[in-house]
Amino acid sequence: MARYDIPTLKEEIEDDTVEKVLALDVENYKYGFETKLEVERAPKGLSEEVIRFISMKKEEPEWMLEWRLDAYKRWLTMDEPTWAKVHYPKIDFQDMYYYAAPKSSNRPKSLDEVDPALLEMYEKLGVPLKERELLAGVEQPRVAVDAVIDSVSVATTFRAELNKMGIIFCSISEAIREYPDLVKQYLGSVVPVSDNYYATLNSAVFTDGSFCYIPKGVRCPMELSTYFRINEAKTGQFERTLLIADEGAYVSYLEGCTAPARNEHQLHAAVVELVAMKDAEIKYSTVQNWFPGDKDGKGGVYNFVTKRGDCRGDNSKISWTQVETGSAITWKYPSCILRGDNSSGEFYSIAISNGYQQVDSGTKMLHLGKNTTSRIISKGIAAGFSDNTYRGQVSAHAKAKGARNFTQCDSLLIGDKCGAHTVPYIESRNASAVFEHEATTSKISDDQMFYCMQRGLSEEEAVALIVNGFVRDVLQHLPMEFMVETQKLISISLEGSVG
Amino acid sequence: MTTPMLEIRNLHVRIEEREILRGVNLIVPKGEVHAIMGRNGSGKSTLSYVLAGKEDYEVTEGEVLLDGVNILEMEPSDRAVAGLFLAFQYPIEIPGVATMTFLKAALNAQRKARGESEISTPDFMKAVRDAGKALHIDADMLKRALNVGFSGGEKKRAEILQMALLKPKMCILDETDSGLDIDALKVVSDGVNALRGPDRSMLVITHYQRLLNHIVPDVVHVFSDGRVVESGGKDLALELEGKGYAGFDEEKAA
Repeated sequence: MARYDIPTLKEEIEDDTVEKVLALDVENYKYGFETKLEVERAPKGLSEEVIRFISMKKEEPEWMLEWRLDAYKRWLTMDEPTWAKVHYPKIDFQDMYYYAAPKSSNRPKSLDEVDPALLEMYEKLGVPLKERELLAGVEQPRVAVDAVIDSVSVATTFRAELNKMGIIFCSISEAIREYPDLVKQYLGSVVPVSDNYYATLNSAVFTDGSFCYIPKGVRCPMELSTYFRINEAKTGQFERTLLIADEGAYVSYLEGCTAPARNEHQLHAAVVELVAMKDAEIKYSTVQNWFPGDKDGKGGVYNFVTKRGDCRGDNSKISWTQVETGSAITWKYPSCILRGDNSSGEFYSIAISNGYQQVDSGTKMLHLGKNTTSRIISKGIAAGFSDNTYRGQVSAHAKAKGARNFTQCDSLLIGDKCGAHTVPYIESRNASAVFEHEATTSKISDDQMFYCMQRGLSEEEAVALIVNGFVRDVLQHLPMEFMVETQKLISISLEGSVG
Repeated sequence: MTTPMLEIRNLHVRIEEREILRGVNLIVPKGEVHAIMGRNGSGKSTLSYVLAGKEDYEVTEGEVLLDGVNILEMEPSDRAVAGLFLAFQYPIEIPGVATMTFLKAALNAQRKARGESEISTPDFMKAVRDAGKALHIDADMLKRALNVGFSGGEKKRAEILQMALLKPKMCILDETDSGLDIDALKVVSDGVNALRGPDRSMLVITHYQRLLNHIVPDVVHVFSDGRVVESGGKDLALELEGKGYAGFDEEKAA
């Protein structure tokens, strides 16, 4: 006898989101607007003076300035990496601003003091900067937000409430001043100053970002989130995020990024460091939607990012989930160092490229401890004239007895002018390690399109539906709020990719 | 005379250099069920694809009117919105898209195109439940990705479920009986028969007479070499079963 269940909430929401995706109007990059804000800038270009200026503006202690200057000196001796499958004209590092701050953002004491123009901008972006009261009797999901515009954090919500549990959530600038011991202990401990060209540059000039510390045994009661926005022209964004989950702690963290549509390229070079101590778990999700450039490949953000998590303690777990739809160039490999025994790392990725976008992204899973496990699921979707490369490294150290990895890389091509590439590096120095790698490349078939259209879906609706099906395994790992946004994003990013 | 639901006039179709349909003439009045019988390769499936608007086929001559409107210039999705439905001989897999999700997307796409509001989730659930019950389609099947790993019978039942939900006025069933055992054939046929009505016409394409024992047609057309060579009542199917297609080819040749 057939039985019909009322669908669970999750399923209903899934259906609902597809509905919303399908109901979307034709709109291109909808975050391309610019907000007029009065700003204060550092002099153009990069020099010791500019670094001193940034440090001074941030009221940093001497040790921090020394750290920056040391990084700058190292950076001057380094060369830009060229191994990625991306092509772009040489970046002129003297032709941009390294510091731009909305004038009104001088550390508001409460949300009431935040410039209304800023609040309005974030509202337009769909980021809640109000600590909304809970409706009587109705539990609403709450998200604590740190909002970073250009070079500074303008607001952080729910701080007081989180503080009661011992959770520190603030901008990294504040953390440097107020929690110097924690910052000194962990900053650069996962991504060393000299790690790579862009990470070293970031170490010299980083301006803001989020800092989060979850104390022993605390499960963070809400999603933490940082929302990055590049607003000013000719301004690079160099944010630095440091997230520490102490023994037995848990935190889920979301990151969102947008930028106005501009003709020139903007540089974004961030560093994110995660530390998970014994039995701790960090779930880090990103929806990267920087301006991808226009349909002719003009403008767009150059996104050179170093993200790394250190499973420092036994039984710790770090999980990266990323949705990459924006940027002219993406160069990004969120990685896990599986140091603690039995620790585990995960990487779930959806990377969509359209127009003339170039994506070179993947992960590194470095197995150092015993019985460490990692799992990689990557879904690359290439359309238009874009190039989409998965680059991943899985390695097992001689001591990593019983290390296990499973990797699945699927690529989907839309049209015949785009490219998908898979470049896995697998190294095992341990006979007991078991690494599995599966890869597929497929195209949306004409038969699938015809079938969907015969049921009444337009060409673009059909593509959005098929692609959403293709990325489903990864979508499921996103927090609910992001799942909705992501499904919308997918259909928007692929607009104009067929026909 | 009222406008027929489907009228095909002198339809010529080729793929590359080969002419597959060579002057098809066919009229299906409103509310009637017509069968097209013909051997493999006679052009039956091509006809169904051309009616639904698949690319790769070149129409060199002729017209197809759906309820009086020429549809040959329309996109497949617009034909669907206009009320044309094709139950595929080989339904296509859509990995990762739950059957339920697909049904709702299709239904809402059609509603949107007609300027109607989207269906509410409770109304949708009820519609699926009602339509699914007769076809023995349970909640588990609706959660699975459409057609992925479906048995032959499941695929055909899912096609008829879509037909029931989308409420088309012109249904084309392409070899709906292929791959079905006798029990599944009964379930599917009952599902189709339940959808018969004065405002809905059907064109049932098959090369076995057995399907027509379950879905009894008003008119049977014999298809050969890219055109209709004979039309008659439901007994024509039996006659065909008796003497085979060869007999008709000879008559035509004579």
